[in-house]
Amino acid sequence: MAKTDIKLTVNGQEAAGSVEPRTLLIHFLREQLGLTGSHIGCETSHCGACTVDLNGKSVKSCTVFAVQADGGEVLTVEGLAQGGELHPLQAAFAEDHGLQCGFCTPGMLVRAHRLLQENPDPSDAEVRVGISGNLCRCTGYQNIVKAIRNAAQAMREKEAAQ
Amino acid sequence: MIPASFEYHRPGSVDEVVSLLAELGEEGRVLAGGHSLIPMMKLRLAEPAHLIDLTGVEGLRGIAEVEGAIHIGAMTTQAEIIKSDALAERCPILREAAELIADPQVRALGTIGGNAANGDPGNDIPAVMMAVDAAYVLRGSDGERTVAARDFYQGPFETALAVGEFLTAIRIPAPPAGQGQAYCKLKRKVGDYAIAATAVTLAVDGGVCGQAAVALTNVGITPLYAEAASTALVGTAVDAAAVEAAVEAAVAITDPAADLRGPVEYRRHAAGVMTRRAIETALARAKGG
Repeated sequence: MAKTDIKLTVNGQEAAGSVEPRTLLIHFLREQLGLTGSHIGCETSHCGACTVDLNGKSVKSCTVFAVQADGGEVLTVEGLAQGGELHPLQAAFAEDHGLQCGFCTPGMLVRAHRLLQENPDPSDAEVRVGISGNLCRCTGYQNIVKAIRNAAQAMREKEAAQ
Repeated sequence: MIPASFEYHRPGSVDEVVSLLAELGEEGRVLAGGHSLIPMMKLRLAEPAHLIDLTGVEGLRGIAEVEGAIHIGAMTTQAEIIKSDALAERCPILREAAELIADPQVRALGTIGGNAANGDPGNDIPAVMMAVDAAYVLRGSDGERTVAARDFYQGPFETALAVGEFLTAIRIPAPPAGQGQAYCKLKRKVGDYAIAATAVTLAVDGGVCGQAAVALTNVGITPLYAEAASTALVGTAVDAAAVEAAVEAAVAITDPAADLRGPVEYRRHAAGVMTRRAIETALARAKGG
């Protein structure tokens, strides 16, 4: 099958590649760009481990073809930390023990990042609905919810201080 | 899991889609949000040789009020349906149902048109569209035609769409004054299809029900418009006896499969419970509750 050239922005950098139309975005990110932070879990758009930000929306990159993302902007977990400093969400997940095995964490972080863009001060219930497309089999979610709320507070305080 | 190979097309206009579909015939398939089609392609339940991506097609998105009716572009996402306060005001069952579909990531890309036109009896939008008596606008090389949602579904993944046609918009007539709406869905977890779900619209005037529509999700080989259940409510005060008659009539037309969601008897019972709850909720809302 003929390949298609695609060009997109990933974590602020231009990225280009040649893909078969059937290449899924998650495979393009992991195998062609070497960004293995986003994980492949269920491959059926249920678990959310492959969640990335595409054009300002959280999407499951196992259910998007790379050609559909042509010309778009993608953010993966590798794009969260800036200048060697953890993103407040990453710091809060570490501080609050918001993970155990870590498999769901990249998807959780990127999803939480978008959730806090849409709602900078979510309640527990809003966080739970917000991450309802991301499954964690270890933590029972308590510490994930806590970490996201603490990160939200840290981000609001940082914003207010600026 | 990677789908079989296909050729990818990204047209910019409805006319281009129509000519691609005419040229490709049964080998061509439109791609909306992809959250039903791509998983089906991975499982080889669908193997289109050509995918026509509607993302860049102009004029397929958005919600508008036209002479009282509500027009929704087929490519409008579930997230956009939920976000629209104007729509929630005019036709609240759409937000209520969309919030029960899948999860935030899926709703960010999944579209109302894809959910309506896919033909999976597990999709939630079809029963809602039957309850609000929507019409689907179909485009093909012979031009445009409309088909009532209640006449659209013919079998599992079989619809009134002819080869070469695709859904461009949904038109919902102005909901009558005093109408209450409700969608009640029983599911095992976030992201699952319904064990059973019921959409109801009903209007009361002076304590008497002047209009009612009941439709069911995932308890038959197609979404089901429960005509006898709807008729059982009209002209009554929607008292306990009328509700019971409607529930019985709705359950009578169900024919669910026994699957991981439960045995047949349980799912039929659940359809009755969802129907009763949806009628009572719609009634309370009609009365301003």
